[in-house]
Amino acid sequence: MAELIKKEREFVVPGDEIVKSMDYLPGRNCFRAGESICARKIGLVSLSGRVISIIPLSGKYVPKVGDMVIATVEDIPGTRGWVMDINSPYKAFLPLSGVRDFIDTNRTSLDKVYKIGDVVYAKIHSMSGFDMIDISMQDPRARKLRGGRIIRINQAKVPRIIGKQGSMISMIKDRTGSRISIGQNGYLWMDGGDEKMVMKAIDLIDTEAYKNGLTDKVSKLLGEPKKPAPAKEVKPAEKPKEEKPAEKPKEEKPAEKPKEENA
Amino acid sequence: MKREDGRKADEMRSTTMTVGVIPNANGSAMVKMGNTVAVAAVYGPREMHPKHKQISDRANLNTIYAMVPFSCTDRIRPGYSRRSQEICKVTRQALESAVFLEDFPKAAIDVYINIISANAGTRAAGINAASLALADAGIPMRDLVASIAAGKIGDEYVLDLAGKEEEETFCDLPLAYMPKSKKITLLQMDGDLSPQDVKKVMELAIKGCEQLYKMQKEALKKRWIK
Repeated sequence: MAELIKKEREFVVPGDEIVKSMDYLPGRNCFRAGESICARKIGLVSLSGRVISIIPLSGKYVPKVGDMVIATVEDIPGTRGWVMDINSPYKAFLPLSGVRDFIDTNRTSLDKVYKIGDVVYAKIHSMSGFDMIDISMQDPRARKLRGGRIIRINQAKVPRIIGKQGSMISMIKDRTGSRISIGQNGYLWMDGGDEKMVMKAIDLIDTEAYKNGLTDKVSKLLGEPKKPAPAKEVKPAEKPKEEKPAEKPKEEKPAEKPKEENA
Repeated sequence: MKREDGRKADEMRSTTMTVGVIPNANGSAMVKMGNTVAVAAVYGPREMHPKHKQISDRANLNTIYAMVPFSCTDRIRPGYSRRSQEICKVTRQALESAVFLEDFPKAAIDVYINIISANAGTRAAGINAASLALADAGIPMRDLVASIAAGKIGDEYVLDLAGKEEEETFCDLPLAYMPKSKKITLLQMDGDLSPQDVKKVMELAIKGCEQLYKMQKEALKKRWIK
């Protein structure tokens, strides 16, 4: 097999030739030009078997079925459901069938359930065509986000914040005592605990995302674990990567809307 | 021949490029070529408004070029002018062929180019900045686009006309080029040249673009790899 022109994990810009050979296949964020495979985005080269792909460093969120996202209600057209903003080029739709409870549209108006501006943690349920994205609350992790705050993060770095098997995020949650939900679409919701420390940790991950020993650095920043993490039930059935549904609303809290902020 | 600012004939003005200057944009860049400063910001891909202008099978690339009122000695009236409309159009065409627009049907990619300080070669600086900003925004592209003008003063072919040179020359030929795929995406000419001269001037401009391309790559790397 031909030699790679760019090494693995090397930085490339759009148009950079990675290999000139038909032995390899262009994967994510690559394209074939003649015999060679070139990068479509700025990012780092990654090679798995014969497939060359680029780990992107920036870019808008492209929805994928099964992703958990943080979505904001933007419009309620009639009684069919909700139009949601998911921070991607296209709007998503939350149909009535996507809500857990039965809603009698003759008796209740939809804004009694979710009104414009409400924020939910939901799953991408299906995509029929590029701009018909349906989201759903039919998932144990899905819920309405009350209180707390939302920060914007680079969508491309969400996998780093979650870490392998959720290691990074569970460490941050444990050490800061904050309840955190990460949307794959580049939003992060957090409530309680040491929020400043969470922001610092996120900043660190953002600047050093692709360096080795990231977990250790974050661990050092966060210091020793504080008091045992509050209200966290262990659900072994869940996939390790994702969030624990932070149920147990602590006594009646005034339901304030999450403020949006720039990270 | 000695040039007005002491450069060699095939030497471009001192150029600096900075990527990521506007935190709220999806991608941004600033390019300084001598006393010409261009700032570009990219927003999107996002929804196209007005909706009737959506294209079903690809994205709209909207380029908005403007010179700020204090950018040169006369005050520039804000808003569209005949000149800015023309530059918007040629800039869009120069960038369009580099972007995979078909990845985002019905969406819009907005590119705002502001000339903070003008001293000839603003469209070239604008295209350089816009191409960097697009790459910074993570928009899928075939290649980066580099752009520079060249011309002829007396019997000499000169690169990157600046200041008075632009007014005094017989001609001025801005060119945008995709260095990896070796394609020209913008070619304009003021004044007149013989066919042989055009070839020579184009060659010179392409050489300049290749230099700029290297700088663009460096600038992007500096932004993302610390």
